[in-house]
Amino acid sequence: MRLRLLIAVLAAAVLGLAFTFPWLKTPILLALANGLAVSGVIVLIRAGQVSFGNAMFACLAGYSAAFLARAWHLDALLLIALSCLFAALAGAVIGLFIVRYRGIFFGMLNLALSMVLFSVLGKFGGLTGGTDGLRFDRPTLGFVHLEREPFETALLVLALGLSIIAGWVVQRYFASVSGQALAAIKTNETRLEYLGISAKRVFWGGYVLAATLCGLGGSLFALTQGLVTPEMGYWVRSGELVFIAILGGSGHALGAFIGAFLFEFMKLYTAALLTGAWQLVMGLVLLVMVFVAPTGVFGMIERRLRPGRSA
Amino acid sequence: MNSSLFALALMDGVSYAALLFLVALGLTLIFGVMRILNIAHGSLYAWGGYFAATLGMGITHFGLSPLLGLPALFVAAIVIGVFLATVLEFALLRRILDKDPILQLLVTFAAFMVLEDLQRMIWGVQPVFVSDVVTQLGTLSVAGVTYTRYQLLVLPAVAVLAFFGLRWFLGRTALGRQVTAVTHHREVATAMGVNTGRVTWLTIAVGGALGALGGALASPTTSFTPGIGAEMMVLSFAVVATGGLGQIGGAALAALMIGLTRSFAVYLMPEVEVLVPYLIMVGVLLVRPEGLFSTAATRRI
Repeated sequence: MRLRLLIAVLAAAVLGLAFTFPWLKTPILLALANGLAVSGVIVLIRAGQVSFGNAMFACLAGYSAAFLARAWHLDALLLIALSCLFAALAGAVIGLFIVRYRGIFFGMLNLALSMVLFSVLGKFGGLTGGTDGLRFDRPTLGFVHLEREPFETALLVLALGLSIIAGWVVQRYFASVSGQALAAIKTNETRLEYLGISAKRVFWGGYVLAATLCGLGGSLFALTQGLVTPEMGYWVRSGELVFIAILGGSGHALGAFIGAFLFEFMKLYTAALLTGAWQLVMGLVLLVMVFVAPTGVFGMIERRLRPGRSA
Repeated sequence: MNSSLFALALMDGVSYAALLFLVALGLTLIFGVMRILNIAHGSLYAWGGYFAATLGMGITHFGLSPLLGLPALFVAAIVIGVFLATVLEFALLRRILDKDPILQLLVTFAAFMVLEDLQRMIWGVQPVFVSDVVTQLGTLSVAGVTYTRYQLLVLPAVAVLAFFGLRWFLGRTALGRQVTAVTHHREVATAMGVNTGRVTWLTIAVGGALGALGGALASPTTSFTPGIGAEMMVLSFAVVATGGLGQIGGAALAALMIGLTRSFAVYLMPEVEVLVPYLIMVGVLLVRPEGLFSTAATRRI
């Protein structure tokens, strides 16, 4: 109950901030897009796996949105839906063989695939715009033409709504039979198989969900910027997603969004104060989190929210 | 494809495979002893290359004998490799031995990010390239192809020496047997009186030096830019995974496979060149999920 209240307060705070300080709209949008992608990473972490290549699904979704926007000038809502579908399909196909691997192999195979995508996007410049990426015009939103300012506001409200839905879906999934089975992949996969549940099939489901969420984040990211580049799928981006998950806490979908907001503001300040040291700061914070607070910021909040403990 | 082009691709492939093998050897050695995949290994490669280039420039700048060029590469690799590996081991790796594998991966990943930025701060973003050693050693004509002696003789010789040297060390010396014992079972080895801490540090220092040596030896023929560490990390992982984690022979075979296929792809199908290592890795892992040599030998390393 307290958690719901917290979510409502946070959502209201986000809207309030966006309307009082209009220059915050873009960072907030990017944070929400990151949060969506990270909620996918959290699904994988629930299975005890970490992928160093999940940004490739965000990148795929972003590029498919850009292609569709350039070719047919589709509506933003359609762009989001179709590019998510594409990311889900890609996740389903890649998942077919990648769910056979665990631990290091899983993480590094994802990394290898994302590197392949990154270099393919850079190489085939005629089709993908090479390293400069693809630019596309602002699409209609709900079949209404909007200027830049109202478009961003509408997109922000949409992203916030999608984030709340996605968070709810992820938590629902964790509570479901497949979600519980997914968590069992981390604790004891052999026992899971003895129960008659195929660990691979369960993990495949989680992988597809993760890919879809990353795709959702990627399509919002692309719409916010009106530009997609291969950098969206670079390993640094994937690393950032894992970083946000650990910073925010991987125990709850809310952690993804808390982490994403902290990350975005960290980035704003680091860019202003310590130019060129962004990865350094990220690495050090990640080390501190792993050693001091492995449950992340959400873990700290949760301890205070737990009923029966006055904080 | 005519015969001289074939010979050229072959030589390219062998010299590339030699570098790949050195880096992968370091990675697999550290994995064998710690059971941790050290993602920061890619940074060791990059630092080794940059530091060697700096030494090379220093030699020219101070007008020292150009004969020092080749030894300087090895000095650079050993200094930077042992130094960084020691820092990593004392500051991080020994503290995470009993942690969740995810957290272990994240810690080395964090170290990698830190090292990448430090490297950019020290050496900047401009490509670094010092090829004095290659020009000084001259060229050689084989099968109608003129090729640099450095790539044709020095690189494969170092790789072969590293391979047999390590095999001899692990199999024939008392210290090497202790390393093997620790990779086999850390606790039992400790109970038998092996100084596990010292053996671990030694292995990591050797592994780090091998990674840096790959970079240092690559520096006269490759231009070093930011991001090269990540690329090499993924490549050397592809080699190690294809060969089987912790398998020295497997790493050698996989490095040759990937190196040769890649160099032939450069001449035949340049578009797919970057994809070759990954395609080989995925192909092998589909058939043998633990790598080529995983079940053939029970003993790791």
